[in-house]
Amino acid sequence: MIWAAVLATAAGCYLLKVTGWFVPASVLERPRVRAAAALLPVALLSALVVVQVFGDGRSLVVDARAAALVAAAVCLWCRLPFVVMVLVAAATAALLRAL
Amino acid sequence: MRRRGGCALTSGPGPSEAARTDQDLRREVIRRGLGIAVAVGTYGLSFGAAATTAGLSVAQACALSLLVFTGASQFALVGVLGAGGSAVAGVATALLLGSRNAMYAVALSGLIPMSRKRRLLAAQVTIDESTAVATTSPVPLAGLGFWTAGLGVYVLWNLSTLLGAVGAATVDTRALGLDAAVGAAFLGLLWPRLKDAPRLAVGGALVAAVAVPFAPAGVPVLLAGLALVPVLVRR
Repeated sequence: MIWAAVLATAAGCYLLKVTGWFVPASVLERPRVRAAAALLPVALLSALVVVQVFGDGRSLVVDARAAALVAAAVCLWCRLPFVVMVLVAAATAALLRAL
Repeated sequence: MRRRGGCALTSGPGPSEAARTDQDLRREVIRRGLGIAVAVGTYGLSFGAAATTAGLSVAQACALSLLVFTGASQFALVGVLGAGGSAVAGVATALLLGSRNAMYAVALSGLIPMSRKRRLLAAQVTIDESTAVATTSPVPLAGLGFWTAGLGVYVLWNLSTLLGAVGAATVDTRALGLDAAVGAAFLGLLWPRLKDAPRLAVGGALVAAVAVPFAPAGVPVLLAGLALVPVLVRR
């Protein structure tokens, strides 16, 4: 099942990329289509943050992951590199769980 | 070819000087392309770790980076699968996130002249970073910037995915807090876009939070896409 999802995502993502290179610009360059493609990631990524950090099956919980998220936000605020931010977040959760 | 034309037309600086500026510009574009490749390539470590933490095999993690090659979509798929979501919800979220690459390709196809065969290859490395470098380079060098960043990120992203996946597969990921790192990675991907639409980000988060108790895993994220509707209607 995971392999099927991997291959379907690969095929779909490539199709999206290649479409843009071959269709006439007028088809995709309508303002609403443009805005949707530019803004959709904002809504989806913030939803992914919520589900990943607070989701626990069918309930929402606040645990070590929430503290890790705050630590990550501080790192981003300080413009630290992506990898440093991810490491600080992981270390924060690990530390809280070890206590 | 371009340099010859430039020299014939320039009256001010001598031919050698014009050529040197051209060289400097090319070097600058290449430097930026490789710089972004190094910076972004390292995200692959966190992706590889996130994938194996979510229950994917090392081969599956590497296949995603080789074949899908668009970070947010890859993170989304493993995030949904890791949370126990269905494959359909995971794929749908990944494709919605990947739709922006089609827009990038439209912009790039007008900017960089390319044969049909070359476009098939260019499509695979059409991502946030290659588009950013191409569109911020001087027009004649857009192609150079695109390929340097695109291929550079491709190589480093795949190498670091392998490293991250193997590394995480051999340790206790929960004790090391690697599951919490996935949420941080999503926040890191969201961060640069946050200022474009802060209210939309809040809307998406709220929809997802409200939907979690009612909808199967993965679906709350898809529903969050609906937060976009009022924004589009207003345009």
